[in-house]
Amino acid sequence: MHQDSYSDNFIAGILRSVKTIAMIGASPKDVRPSNIVMKYLIAKGFKVAPVNPGHAGKEIQGQMTYASLADIPWHIDMVDVFRGSDALPGIVDEILALKDRPDVLWAQLTVFHAEAGQRAEDAGLKVVMNRCPKIEYGRLSGEIRWSGVNSRIISSRKPVAQRGFQALGIRPQSK
Amino acid sequence: MSNNEPGFSTLAIHAGAQPDPTTGARATPIYQTSSYVFEDTDHAAALFGLKAFGNIYTRIGNPTQAVLEERIAALEGGTAALATASGHAAQLLVFHSIMQPGCNFIAANKLYGGSINQFGHAFKNFDWHVRWSDPADIASIETQIDDKTRGIFIESLANPGGTFVDIAAIAEVAHKHGLPLIVDNTMASPYLLRPIEHGADIVIHSMTKFIGGHGNSMGGIMIDGGTFNWSESGNYPMLSEPRPEYGGIVLHETFGNFAFAIACRVLGLRDLGPAIAPFNAFLLLTGVETLPLRMQRHCDNALEVATWLKDHAKVDWVSYSGLPGDDNHQLMKTYSPKGAGAVFTFGLKGGFDAGVKFVEGLELFSHLANIGDTRSLVIHPASTTHRQLSPEQQIAAGAGPDVVRLSIGIEDVSDIIGDLQQALDKV
Ligand SMILES: Cc1ncc(COP(=O)(O)O)c(C=O)c1O
Repeated sequence: MHQDSYSDNFIAGILRSVKTIAMIGASPKDVRPSNIVMKYLIAKGFKVAPVNPGHAGKEIQGQMTYASLADIPWHIDMVDVFRGSDALPGIVDEILALKDRPDVLWAQLTVFHAEAGQRAEDAGLKVVMNRCPKIEYGRLSGEIRWSGVNSRIISSRKPVAQRGFQALGIRPQSK
Repeated sequence: MSNNEPGFSTLAIHAGAQPDPTTGARATPIYQTSSYVFEDTDHAAALFGLKAFGNIYTRIGNPTQAVLEERIAALEGGTAALATASGHAAQLLVFHSIMQPGCNFIAANKLYGGSINQFGHAFKNFDWHVRWSDPADIASIETQIDDKTRGIFIESLANPGGTFVDIAAIAEVAHKHGLPLIVDNTMASPYLLRPIEHGADIVIHSMTKFIGGHGNSMGGIMIDGGTFNWSESGNYPMLSEPRPEYGGIVLHETFGNFAFAIACRVLGLRDLGPAIAPFNAFLLLTGVETLPLRMQRHCDNALEVATWLKDHAKVDWVSYSGLPGDDNHQLMKTYSPKGAGAVFTFGLKGGFDAGVKFVEGLELFSHLANIGDTRSLVIHPASTTHRQLSPEQQIAAGAGPDVVRLSIGIEDVSDIIGDLQQALDKV
């Protein structure tokens, strides 16, 4: 059964390869965690499609919102879930029914469903649950250190600076 | 690094620090700046709204301070930390995040005298009420818990008595009642004992002591264990309710298992202001790199000195949990097998007057109000650190009139004993 444990290399690999994300449960309210994470991921260069039936046809953080995954007219690399754990089995059904399947299923902090995660993994998806991509990006890039957070990264290598002020990126895969 | 957990000494040197991204400077630079330029107004708004990671103003955070925070969080096994101007400031910010007016908390009566003052007097002005208990008597803690209680505070190794406390037993009581356990780990340091491993939810330090270790800088820190559920009871609205300070953000759901450290920073430090100076953060960081070496030497020296003192004809008693016959020795072996710390107390047969004469006769030991320096230190608590307390409180805190406290340094132990010998000769 799927374990709540991922290596830094596994997470970094996902954050390096993914370019487009569908965010299920994205909120238009700018103080909700989903909205904050979406804003951050966009700033880091990801293309994000909010999925929220109650807000479909309107924008969140400047991005068009869709009612369901199937409505998104472009390829999604990763589905990021901001819903309760009990919604995960249904979301996995939805993903597996797509003609153009994503490569990654990601479920936010506190969102975990071992059986649903295992099913997605068996179908060939990479699965991360009970994690936040903003926190993981901040941790692996080093940005989260400015908040006094224990990144658990020990390295004598220079962090990777991005354009602009106070912006770090994830180190490219070493050759 | 590989996914193997790095050891304590590796963390003491590396955790939190990487070469500077622009210059490649290997030592952590002192970011001696009050503020940080924004890229544009949107970036500024994102930083102020807690939506982007980054520095704004050194009252809220500073990159030198941040390295220190991550390092101590790593050494304690916590999720995050917040450094402050002093140990007392760290305590203030922790309680500011858990208390509301009219609430109470339980504290051990065996504490540093300054903490007894802070809790008993300064906190009263905020309508926060301390209830004293004997940490060796779990019932005296549990019977005082009521629906207004918000936490339990103990020292892992009590100052000045030098006694270890049964952290796991107290953590069990705290958690049974839905309360966080806050542990002051100043005297033990994470080299000897990591309270989070025994059930503590929050750890605080006066870094002025062993973490800095050189007696040159004030500093405090709080470490978030990441273990407590701040939303379960509804008793911790700073974490579980929308915060008007930030447009309605709920800190616990937004920051997960490091939300408490964030609350102490963005609600406490930001609004109350006891920020650590970047230069002090730098000196403390330099100090902590040698914590494992220093702490072992402190302990080894202290055991040798305590053993010597116990057999001295003019010494009435020695209270050091590292001594095999000591009442606290079993707890010490359970919680701190590498050593019993540097600080202990003893009494002279001549009582108060002999104690005063002894302190005044020392030449290598410095007579001052600190502990955890490389240098050996001495004080008579009843007339100094614990002076404000009533005689009963002094005795309960292990600071009665005949008590002399030593903080054994890392000099050659023969010189330390030589100084004690010549001062005792004069008594
Ligand atoms: C055990 C303990 N806790 C807290 C403090 C307070 O720390 P500071 O003096 O850094 O404010 C001290 C200082 O002596 C201490 O010994």
